[in-house]
Amino acid sequence: MIEAIDLRRTYRTTTGVIRRKPLEVEAVRGISFAVEQGELFGLLGPNGAGKTTTIKMLITLLLPSSGEARVLGHDVVADAREVRKRIGYVFGGDRGLYERLSALDNLRYFAELYGVSGKAQRIRIDEVLELVGLKGREQERVEGYSRGMRQRLHIARGILHDPEVVFLDEPTIGVDPVGARELRRTIADLIAGGKTVLLTTHYMFEADALCDRIAVIAKGKIVGAGTPEALKAGVAEGRVTEIEVFGVGEAAVERLRALSGVTAVAVEDRDQKQLLVVQTTADRELTAPLLAELDGVEIGRVSSREPTLEDAYVALVGSE
Amino acid sequence: MTNLKMVSTSAFFLLTSTVQPVVFATVAFYMYRTGDRAGTLLYAALGAGMMGVWSTTLFGSGGMIQWQRWQGTLELGVGSPPGMALIYLPFSLANAFTGMYALAATLVWGRLVFGVPLDFVHPWLFALALPATVISLGLMGLVLASTFILYRYANAMANLLEYPVWIASGLVFSTSLLPGWTRPISWILPPYWGVLALRHAALGGGVWVPLAMVVVLGIGSVAIATFTFRIFEHLARDRATLSLT
Repeated sequence: MIEAIDLRRTYRTTTGVIRRKPLEVEAVRGISFAVEQGELFGLLGPNGAGKTTTIKMLITLLLPSSGEARVLGHDVVADAREVRKRIGYVFGGDRGLYERLSALDNLRYFAELYGVSGKAQRIRIDEVLELVGLKGREQERVEGYSRGMRQRLHIARGILHDPEVVFLDEPTIGVDPVGARELRRTIADLIAGGKTVLLTTHYMFEADALCDRIAVIAKGKIVGAGTPEALKAGVAEGRVTEIEVFGVGEAAVERLRALSGVTAVAVEDRDQKQLLVVQTTADRELTAPLLAELDGVEIGRVSSREPTLEDAYVALVGSE
Repeated sequence: MTNLKMVSTSAFFLLTSTVQPVVFATVAFYMYRTGDRAGTLLYAALGAGMMGVWSTTLFGSGGMIQWQRWQGTLELGVGSPPGMALIYLPFSLANAFTGMYALAATLVWGRLVFGVPLDFVHPWLFALALPATVISLGLMGLVLASTFILYRYANAMANLLEYPVWIASGLVFSTSLLPGWTRPISWILPPYWGVLALRHAALGGGVWVPLAMVVVLGIGSVAIATFTFRIFEHLARDRATLSLT
């Protein structure tokens, strides 16, 4: 349904004010993957990894610098119009709606753009409003909507013309936990309804809960791919030690990374303290050496747990 | 209809469209009433009204793309199946509809405040020339809108185009006062032929030739816009200028 072959995209810009120097930024550096019919495929990666650039090339909003991509057998460059007719897409965030119009007028406008008119338009708008839980609120202006409601309206707009393939670019970004859970339910409903979905996200639990397969993307390259279980299995052999510290320096973190048996170290800031998430090989008990390397640093709670998808992600992204 | 709703829900745009023509008209009436020639005030009123139509079209076209880029709907339009010209044609016509108000407001203001006689020599031809002119200007706005797809800061260009087109089209004073080399520029501008058609219909003179030119330039604008939208959309996809970031 979706196929990317060695897809690359370079942005050209300039630096300097008087003497402008050309600058090239390689956002996507040779990405290849394929998504099967009815599959929910996740592109997982940190901010700036190239997820949105990849999705924008697939939905025909950006031209690839090189490589090929096809959606439902149509080339995204040569047959852009054919691709556009058959896909729906949703961007995360507040933007992308006509604020001063009602939700109903927004949906009517986009329905016209996609050739859904007359009686079919009324029926379809009712269906999508019901699906995203906005029935009864459709007469209100979008400017009064909460972020969660806007996001649900984005999804309604994206599937209005009943596309076979739906692209969702970080659909739950900035949405509160309850709203995000409702959105994830809506996305699961899309798959249950037979759609093929490509989802980008940097939320591990979201990818874990929704995706059939995941490609982890970092610095414009795919660094790991497979089912969530397979990715977790990649680090399942190891152990994860979490150490609460207060004011740890970069030098101490580097000493931990250099320790034999340590495969990855991530630092999460939590108000006054930090949480060190240390992944180690399973064959050695490293708690004592780890604490020894943190000599002089105030230490709080220390615990050990099973690896999660997040650990797999950190290991993959951290190795880049 | 939805396009007209989008245009008409902008309070700033509506305020500009309603107040600006009346200001132009007031200035023009004070300038021209010092002369004592018959029909001068109506001549000035039509020019001032057309200044308002052109400003509405120009800023409506530029603003429509910029506004869509800001609110993130430009990419949604580009990513939908119809061609860009087809998507933005209703927006341009909605702008033109607002522009029609500018001319009407100027004439009513002139009649009520300055006592301008609205005795048209060819009232039916005037009724025909008015929508034709306004629509033709709207279609010219479509060509301008296509360039705004490519450039993020094309609004600056819109500011540059306001006064020169007023002057080159003879909206403020007759183009016979301009150097000869500017004449071809006037000939390719729909406002030039539009105001000529309206003035001839109101004050006497040949209406059909300027009216035909208005129609020809309007159709030409659609053809050019279809081509330029295709080219500029491709370039915008290459240069990644459809979104703000």
